[in-house]
Amino acid sequence: MLEYVEKIRKTAGKLFEEDKVDVFIGYKKGSLPMMNQPVLISNADQVDLLHWDSNCGLNLCNYLTKRTDRIGIVANGCNSRNIVTHITENQISRDQLYIVGIPCKGMIDHRAVQRAVKQKEILAIEEQGNTFTVKGKDFEDTFNKNDYLQRNCLVCTHRNPVIFDEMVAPPVEEQIEVDTYKDVKQIEGMDPEKKWNFFTRIIDKCIRCYACRNACPLCYCPTCFVDESNPQWVGKSSDPIDTMTFHILRAYHCAGRCTDCGACERVCPVGIPMRQFTKKLNKDAQELFSWEAGLTLDQRPLLDVFQPDDYNDFIR
Amino acid sequence: MGIEPGRLHFSWISSAEATKYVDVAREVAKEVKALGPAKHFIKKRAEVA
Repeated sequence: MLEYVEKIRKTAGKLFEEDKVDVFIGYKKGSLPMMNQPVLISNADQVDLLHWDSNCGLNLCNYLTKRTDRIGIVANGCNSRNIVTHITENQISRDQLYIVGIPCKGMIDHRAVQRAVKQKEILAIEEQGNTFTVKGKDFEDTFNKNDYLQRNCLVCTHRNPVIFDEMVAPPVEEQIEVDTYKDVKQIEGMDPEKKWNFFTRIIDKCIRCYACRNACPLCYCPTCFVDESNPQWVGKSSDPIDTMTFHILRAYHCAGRCTDCGACERVCPVGIPMRQFTKKLNKDAQELFSWEAGLTLDQRPLLDVFQPDDYNDFIR
Repeated sequence: MGIEPGRLHFSWISSAEATKYVDVAREVAKEVKALGPAKHFIKKRAEVA
């Protein structure tokens, strides 16, 4: 995916020259390997900052909310679906955006790579098509990218942007034969006691830093329910029940909106697989309402419409 | 999540449907009583040393 970099820079430069955008949102290389950062640039001189490789796992849609200027933004499959969600939820208008679409082949799971090199400090990473090489003080290893993809990328079925003004490359082949909800089905098969234990165990390391919320483009409320103190909806300590309340509610606020971009899991400092909460809701949305978030601008968000053929009796 | 089926209920009741409200509340109470006290998702008070 490295070959996209030049194209992104050129496109951004052209947009500034033609005065089509006031700001361009993309990624730049992070100060640490595998940690690319979002960057907002405001003139053509800065385009060389822009970068793209398999470590662009943060969601740029976060930076769109309620902006009033004209924005250029790069978007792969999941990010583009979040842009659609933002537009249908009136957080940004389509006319403000110039979307540079990126066909995406998945992001590297930085934790899996860390584990593979036995937690030694990685000082540099280089990508060569389908492989990548990590270098440290006294080691150098080359891995197959496909063996180290983020878990959400492994089961992704929307690699190509659903909305764009320009593509940097022809679309990539979509993965079709993936069992997106294999893990969810496994949890659904547990009895209530086992389920409780499972979810208690995955969140028991949570330090309530709210990085997952901050990284999520869906969490744009001016005041989050966890920050409010009058009324105080949920306790602020790391009491396990308060933590569980936070995780359940965070997931529910994403119901019918989550695009499984994986930013929440990527940023978690203690590695909680919180996609297990949102994925169940995505599965329900798909099975009960044939809904996948952010695929088209023509549909209202799932939870603001009512269908007379709703599967529940009580609502009719 | 680990909350037993029958402990959590959802319903749509208009403010004009007082009798439906009563019926649903009775039904919910009956089902929850049958399940017995909840074992999980209970916030314990902080222990004071």
